[in-house]
Amino acid sequence: MIRTLFQIFKTGIVTENVLGRDADNIEVLGSKLSKIIKKRFRGSLTIRQIDAGSCNGCELEIHALNNSIYNIEQYGVRFTASPRFADLLLVTGPVTLNMEIALKRTYEATPTPKLVVAVGDCGCGQGIFDENYATIGAIDKVIPVDARIKGCPPTPAALLNGILQAIS
Amino acid sequence: MSVNKVLTYTVPADKFAGTAFEQKKKGAFLAAEWSAESENYFEVYACYRLNGEYQIVRTEISKEKAEFDSISGYYLAASRFERQIYSLMGIKAIGNTDQRPWIKFEDWPVDAWPLRKNFKQNTVLRRSEGTYDWIQAEGEGVFEIPVGPVHAGIIEPGHFRFQAVGEAIINLEERLGYVHKGIEKRYESTPWLEGYKLAGRVSGDSTVAHSLAYCIALEAMTGCKVPARAAWLRAIFLERERIANHLGDIGAIGNDAAFSILLYQLMRLKEMLLRTNQLLWGHRYVMDKIVPGGIVADIDKNGIEQILTELKKIEKEFKLLVKIYDGNPSLEERVLTTGILSKAQALELGVVGFVARASGLDIDSRVQNPFSPYDQLEIKVPVFTAGDVNARVWVRIEEVRESIRLIRLLLNNLPSGAIKTDCPLPPPNKTGFAVVEGWRGEIIYWLQSDSKGAINRCMARDPSALNWKGLEYSVLDNIVPDFPLCNKSFNASYAGNDL
Ligand code: SF4
Repeated sequence: MIRTLFQIFKTGIVTENVLGRDADNIEVLGSKLSKIIKKRFRGSLTIRQIDAGSCNGCELEIHALNNSIYNIEQYGVRFTASPRFADLLLVTGPVTLNMEIALKRTYEATPTPKLVVAVGDCGCGQGIFDENYATIGAIDKVIPVDARIKGCPPTPAALLNGILQAIS
Repeated sequence: MSVNKVLTYTVPADKFAGTAFEQKKKGAFLAAEWSAESENYFEVYACYRLNGEYQIVRTEISKEKAEFDSISGYYLAASRFERQIYSLMGIKAIGNTDQRPWIKFEDWPVDAWPLRKNFKQNTVLRRSEGTYDWIQAEGEGVFEIPVGPVHAGIIEPGHFRFQAVGEAIINLEERLGYVHKGIEKRYESTPWLEGYKLAGRVSGDSTVAHSLAYCIALEAMTGCKVPARAAWLRAIFLERERIANHLGDIGAIGNDAAFSILLYQLMRLKEMLLRTNQLLWGHRYVMDKIVPGGIVADIDKNGIEQILTELKKIEKEFKLLVKIYDGNPSLEERVLTTGILSKAQALELGVVGFVARASGLDIDSRVQNPFSPYDQLEIKVPVFTAGDVNARVWVRIEEVRESIRLIRLLLNNLPSGAIKTDCPLPPPNKTGFAVVEGWRGEIIYWLQSDSKGAINRCMARDPSALNWKGLEYSVLDNIVPDFPLCNKSFNASYAGNDL
């Protein structure tokens, strides 16, 4: 126990602000995300992630959002296991034939108003996995999409900025 | 430079199952079973591994009859391979007691065989009616829990069906194939020198290992000699991928056992590694940097220094975190004797990688089937016998330490010179084979050129194709709430399995 506490104490706070890293004004964007979440989502934005056919590369970076460096919770964002609690769906693709129905059902199970963000080159229809017998392709071919985040996979910073864009 | 040794021989169709029996008697494992189509016939292949030596048994099947004798009576693992052969190529394994589709779903048209040459890649499949016969359990107090495909948290999709009595699991059946992207079909229209990109996206968390296996198989076909510096840097990428995934997964297992500090601490170390990758080679996961003939990302003196400093830091912190893992009674309670895969079961299923090593099997293709530079390294392979969640964690802890040692060794002796040479195109009607020990275990690629020299078939076998079955066995008699923990401790790939 002592060891555990010591490690926590020694590590301290490692969170970085990466919002708008490539933009001019980091501070403004950072507070903007928190502000919008406070106003539009009463301080808490709940996300359900759906892998609709990904290679799992995109998921690695979505996981990283939760680590203490990016610490997405600092903005009031948290991930849920149930679409019924979700405000936003973060969907990776390409949508496979075998996931099409599950994706539609998950979308329907999410209460309106809801936002959908397509993640990764595949989810945006520009990845290596274009359409074939097994894949339908971009997320917006199956459900309506509000914002797109490109990259293979997109970095955690790109993901954060993309989510901001979607809720703005 | 040594390449993967493999012996291929052809037997008549009526001897195919008999050779499986002989291999089994010798103690060989079934590593893979797959099919291919050439102009006049189908081919079915079975690949066996005995003490690190691979033998491929091939047989020809007439296109009119399209069936062969199942080897699933000798090898349990053959069952899913053969279901997949039937689902995607339409060659039936006679005698396999399970004839349900695998990867292909019941709502596909029954006569859609995507891997057949007359099936166009972009065919639009119309859904049809169909049912899947789940395994049923009956009896008083037995109830069923279906989970997925969209299941807990940030995870790949799969369906799990539990039969339980009270909290105890009496049966688990997996249903996979949700992320099937037709990768093997895509290969048929992919140029040889581009194929590494597809391989690098078979399972994104193993991008280095898969693209490396593809490249080695192609280089074996063409006789391409990769410069020494490239081979060494490839190994460094591979070991870094092993460390990164092990760190993240050990943390995630801690988290599933309600001990989240491990997750946050280890993810911090993982992030360190990814950032160094980005800084040195322009990609956090070193994707697309291993290409046929070598690599396209080098390192300079500063870079070497940077890695050495980073490793020192990771090593020191990791040591402390392992102590925290080791000395925590509340964790012990969850991970000890949970999700046991016995040695006998591991042998029977032919599981590979850290899963096998946690159940007492001393296998690691970096040692038993080494390519350069592993043929010049002495690698310590950790083997544990308990077969539980804790043993799988410990194998990975030891492997993190060993990979750190290997990377240091490789960096300190890095050969100078070129990092890439031109890889020629393979001649017609040739095959190439490669085995790479990724962080999950043995990855196999088998390539075949057609009569014009283009890709006829690329068979990719992720460790998960064998290890998923191990999970089904390990959860028996465990309680349902321990399933996430067991699942995480195997961490099989959905994408790598579904292709
Ligand atoms: S965008 Fe790249 S990382 Fe994401 S699913 Fe597609 S191939 Fe994988």
